[in-house]
Amino acid sequence: MITQNSNEEPSYLDYKGKYKGIFGWILSTDHKRIGLLYLFSIMSFFVIGATIGLLMKFELIAPGKTIITAQTYNAFFTLHGIIMIFAVVIPGLPAVFGNFLLPIMIGAKDVAFPRLNLLSWYFYVTGVTLVLISQFTGQGPPDTGWTFYAPYSFRTTGNMLPAVFGAFVLGFSSILTGLNFLVTIHRLRAPGMTWLKMPLFPWTLYATGWVQLLATPIIGITLLMIAAERVLHIGFFDPTLGGDPLLYQHLFWTYSHPAVYIMILPAMGAISEIIPTFCHKTIFGYNFIVASSIAIAFVGYFIWGHHMFTSGMSGTALYTFSLLTFIVAIPSAIKVFNWISTMHKASIDLQTPFYWAVGFLFVFMIGGFSGLVLGSLATDIHLHNTHFVVAHFHFIVFGGTGYAFFGAMHYWYPKITGKMYDSRWANIGLIIFFTGFITLYGAMFFLGMKGMPRRYYDYDEIFHTGNIISSLGAMVMYFGLAVIIINLVASLKNGRKAPSDPWGGKTLEWTIPSPPPVENFNEIPVITKGPYNYK
Amino acid sequence: MISTAEIHRDDETSKTGMWLFLFTEMLLFGGLFIVYSVYRYRNPVAFHFAAQELSVVIGTINTIILLVSSATIAMSITAIQKKNKKLALLLLGVTILLGLAFLVNKYFEWGEHFKEHIYPGSSVLALRGQGDVLFYGLYFFMTGLHALHIIIGLVFIIVIATSILRDKIDSENHVLLENSGLYWHLVDLIWIFLFPLFYLIT
Amino acid sequence: MAENEKNHIIPYRTFLYVLAGLIALTLTSVTLTQISLGTLTVVIALIIAAIKSSFVLRIFMHLKFENKMFSRAVIGVIALLCAVITITLLDYLNR
Repeated sequence: MITQNSNEEPSYLDYKGKYKGIFGWILSTDHKRIGLLYLFSIMSFFVIGATIGLLMKFELIAPGKTIITAQTYNAFFTLHGIIMIFAVVIPGLPAVFGNFLLPIMIGAKDVAFPRLNLLSWYFYVTGVTLVLISQFTGQGPPDTGWTFYAPYSFRTTGNMLPAVFGAFVLGFSSILTGLNFLVTIHRLRAPGMTWLKMPLFPWTLYATGWVQLLATPIIGITLLMIAAERVLHIGFFDPTLGGDPLLYQHLFWTYSHPAVYIMILPAMGAISEIIPTFCHKTIFGYNFIVASSIAIAFVGYFIWGHHMFTSGMSGTALYTFSLLTFIVAIPSAIKVFNWISTMHKASIDLQTPFYWAVGFLFVFMIGGFSGLVLGSLATDIHLHNTHFVVAHFHFIVFGGTGYAFFGAMHYWYPKITGKMYDSRWANIGLIIFFTGFITLYGAMFFLGMKGMPRRYYDYDEIFHTGNIISSLGAMVMYFGLAVIIINLVASLKNGRKAPSDPWGGKTLEWTIPSPPPVENFNEIPVITKGPYNYK
Repeated sequence: MISTAEIHRDDETSKTGMWLFLFTEMLLFGGLFIVYSVYRYRNPVAFHFAAQELSVVIGTINTIILLVSSATIAMSITAIQKKNKKLALLLLGVTILLGLAFLVNKYFEWGEHFKEHIYPGSSVLALRGQGDVLFYGLYFFMTGLHALHIIIGLVFIIVIATSILRDKIDSENHVLLENSGLYWHLVDLIWIFLFPLFYLIT
Repeated sequence: MAENEKNHIIPYRTFLYVLAGLIALTLTSVTLTQISLGTLTVVIALIIAAIKSSFVLRIFMHLKFENKMFSRAVIGVIALLCAVITITLLDYLNR
């Protein structure tokens, strides 16, 4: 498709710039190095968040106090939520793989604003630092849950301000990344790459970029209002001053529901890359996948109210939000049908990334269907604020975004590091992880249906068996994660050298050496065909 | 560190980035307009009477100040395009002075309220009822955030003016001046809505 | 399209005319709202504000002379904000 780069050009990993050692990384404006900065920081916070999650499951293994107090449990689920949502899954795929691959996949040398890109990483680190500071200063850690619901968030003695401000700064980082990607896609596509010749991962990043840009400011201002409420008693959400706490929920979910699509859209994009590559086939229904990404981003903006079905909204609002929620399931289903159709009659190369993609489909479908259960008004009344909801969003957010993240990790690992990983251990890790995952969250569905509430550190004896199963699943899953991560890290040293196109992919990143040279392309490629040309 | 950082200048890219940033600003204030709509709907009478206490005269003067300053910064772009550096700097100077005048007015306006013990969290205000608390809460929060944007805009314009002085911005390369103008106009745009919502709809 | 518009120079007097128009609209809106017109006051004030902002957007912010993409995006963002306000009010108006 394009000219191969000469191998004399140093790879971005070997490149010696103005700065040496660690400064060569933290002051680099190269999109590939920034992508790895994000990868390293996000994985670190992911391990912290997962460990806190595991500790919570240890606490829940028996009724009553097991290893931590109720107050610590509250702090734990708050920190687990803030870290996992704001610092791991929201930046996750865009900041790591988007940064690394978006310019390469559209045939550009870098993003549109490289320095802004680095700045957004600094915002990211500052934001997480503020959140972590909130744990160790003031009168105890925040205990509101990651949702910061009013009026508790300005009444609690917990140290809310740094956490709220940290989330604000993380939002700013997310906005800058989205803005950068939007401009990059508008302005820097290679000659000949028309909109409908663009690969699907960049397409989902484009849709995500708009959501990041247009939804995040709402949470920004809402968090500022919470801060003003705490410091100045301004009364917006305080019922004693005439404010309406429900309005806080409206504003919070006006961002935080679209945020779910910030998490899942790039994940869907990564899956859309993996499936055609291992099927050696053009993706089925390219136009429909593109259109459904846009539709998800658009409709996803108007369905926030389904988080508030039991909060006391008006009937009209309830029906509207329920209807819109059902509508947003359609484009997601279209994507699933297209992926399955791509596999139909294909000679599939069964490699680790493909297994992750299939795992994604499986858990995403369970997550999606359970979402419909919660989207209908009557069943939601029973299931609201139970473990069913926790299971649902872990199937979607961890099952969807997490599986796609690890799928993308295994798919692009040879390109990013220039090394092949050990597939056998990768597959073993996946199987252990998958078993643990289904046990952990599957059990929660049943617990929730029986009525076990979320965010409780204690429970009735009838929930005991389910919790034991769930906690065992957590341990298995944690062990699987360790196998996966250790294998990837060990392969950095032991893996054999990766060729430029180990899987037979057809998008632009596979036309350049692994790892890519500093400037990506010697000559900017000219695009004449669609992205998945397997003829 | 890497030469890709110095991609050749592309004004369209820079302007696109600025517009996208302005969209986030619009929605930042948009969130507050949502809050305003809800509480105005719930407290029509209190908002009606509270709004009458704000000085329409000062509000109108401030509106005109911002409109004029918007025109002067827009004209400074024309000046720089016509290679008239002095006029461009003069117009930017006028913009900065008008921005400062706006802030001074705002200072005295807020000062008057503070003297009457009207500020967020004040017990005197709380006695006047919930509608008044919300109206003044919104008033201080929104105009305060707007004033913060004025300050940021002024800093931005001062930086740009220095660049013009050093000939870093000229008739060939003035996209940064245009971007600072866009930012300033957005601040004006928001005031165009804040003014009727707080001062006029009595 | 964008390339040849980049050097579009707007004459000074255009800005002065627009400024005069904006000030006139401001004074009109102040005058009209001082008369008690009930709920119409809100409508009038907001319509005038919308007219003023379209002047600022089109002339001061050059949208009239830029790539159409910018205008479309601005309209889209404003429409989105209006939609969000409407949906939020769906709850409050019917509660």
